[in-house]
Amino acid sequence: MTPHPLIRVRDLNVHIDDHHILKHININIPDKSVTSIIGPSGCGKTTLLKTFNRLLDDTANVKVTGSVLVHDEDIYAPHAEVTHIRKKMGLLSQRPFPLPMSIYDNVAYGPRIHGIRKKSELDSIVEQQLKDTGLWEEVKDRLHSPAAKLSIGQQQRLCLARGLAVEPEIILGDESTSALDPLSTHKIEDLFVRLKEKYTIVLVTHILRQARRISDYIVFVYMGEIIEFGPTEEVLLDPKEELTKQYVKGFIS
Amino acid sequence: MNWRVIKDRLIANAMLILSITSVSFVFLIGIGLYWRAAPLFEEQTLLSLFSGDEWAPSKGKFGFYPFIMGTLWVTLIAIVVALPLCLLTAIYLAEYTKSSIRNIILPLVNILAGIPPVIYGVWGIFFIVPIVRTYVAPVFAAHSSGYTVLTGGVVLAVMIFPILVSIVSEVLRTIPKELKDASLSLGATKWETIKKVVLKQALPGIVAATVLAVSRAFGETIAVLMVCGNVPVAPASMFDGGYPLPALIANNFGEMMSIPLYDSALMFAALLLFIIIFLFNLISRIILNRIESKYSS
Repeated sequence: MTPHPLIRVRDLNVHIDDHHILKHININIPDKSVTSIIGPSGCGKTTLLKTFNRLLDDTANVKVTGSVLVHDEDIYAPHAEVTHIRKKMGLLSQRPFPLPMSIYDNVAYGPRIHGIRKKSELDSIVEQQLKDTGLWEEVKDRLHSPAAKLSIGQQQRLCLARGLAVEPEIILGDESTSALDPLSTHKIEDLFVRLKEKYTIVLVTHILRQARRISDYIVFVYMGEIIEFGPTEEVLLDPKEELTKQYVKGFIS
Repeated sequence: MNWRVIKDRLIANAMLILSITSVSFVFLIGIGLYWRAAPLFEEQTLLSLFSGDEWAPSKGKFGFYPFIMGTLWVTLIAIVVALPLCLLTAIYLAEYTKSSIRNIILPLVNILAGIPPVIYGVWGIFFIVPIVRTYVAPVFAAHSSGYTVLTGGVVLAVMIFPILVSIVSEVLRTIPKELKDASLSLGATKWETIKKVVLKQALPGIVAATVLAVSRAFGETIAVLMVCGNVPVAPASMFDGGYPLPALIANNFGEMMSIPLYDSALMFAALLLFIIIFLFNLISRIILNRIESKYSS
């Protein structure tokens, strides 16, 4: 059904305390395209996203079973190195969280952690990523001022640039536009569409119109289970499952 | 006018008056101390009071240099010993333990804060003094009675430990999880995240906690007085005895008051302590503002 999957999830179950948050998840996320995870709040869509870069590891009393394969490597295998896995995925959270340092240092943070020390090299990474996210013209004169001084929309693009600087293959977005004004939202959406040429993008969103505008594939999650998965037009306009129909029409939320 | 509106204004004004009163105590105490210490200034210049190192009240010689140095040594040692240990403890409690364990350890740490200083003093005499005398001082080829500024500093470090740990761990827990996730998702390890992001974000809070602890350390009297020897000579190393200002006041006030200017001298000691704490708070406030303006919007 889907071309060349990059992430393959096999019988994934997540328990937190005694709650069965994700139930028997099986899915193939296609490479170099935008996949949106939609579903009512509390359905487990953010949890599903976080299993992809093992951000659940630090949650108390969490139990994850099954496997998530990126290329052919199981990121939940006992010998899998978590920093290596996370480096492959940029995360864009709901609200921008710039690190408490300058604009430049935010972007250079990841590369520095992974051992790049040469200033000329860092300079070119910072410039490249800020250009890719459309920030360069806006901030090139104040690269060394605190990132917190940027507007919220700029901060979110900076966070994206920061994530791209470690050269990930996958971008994970967790309702990344929910704190932004329409104009900034539009800029981020445009970026996602442009970036899918180079990256595999997985987004969590509760805005159906956004999912329709930018995604190639849609996953509908309800009560911790995947109800339907397919190309955007199919899932939104001609859903096969009754639950999907009701959700798309707005009967369940 | 409506009774509810009147009540609203009354409350607001009452709180204003109370706030002004509490602030005015700072000035009243300062002025009061200056007034009582004033007779001393007629006999000696300020410079000689600060720099004089002879303390002979019966000869009318009041040099405060040894006491200022005693205070600074003890406090400095306390904070140098306590701060790294407290930071690591707080980081462990905030970032590494489960909340069930944290909820056992933190209350226990807080009990330390409730132990009366005199008990710390006794503990210092029976535990820290012998250790410094028999084990620590010989390593540095120093002969020491064990009653040293080092001993005072260590006892004081244990006393400020609970304030530092509980405030710093609270500050660390206010750092948003998403900020840590941002760093982790770039492939940083937990320790890298703590070192480069969490501690940086928490810096203003850590400085504020340190200020509180140091202010407490400056003024601590009984426990320090019991273990640091009380010799009115400026310490040359941490294995020398010292005589901090609070100990000077507590030991001598009410005795030998027939000696001329003696009570003025003790009041001047109090004024000095007041000024040291005031300046310290002022400087740390400036540093805090610097940090805050650097990394927030």
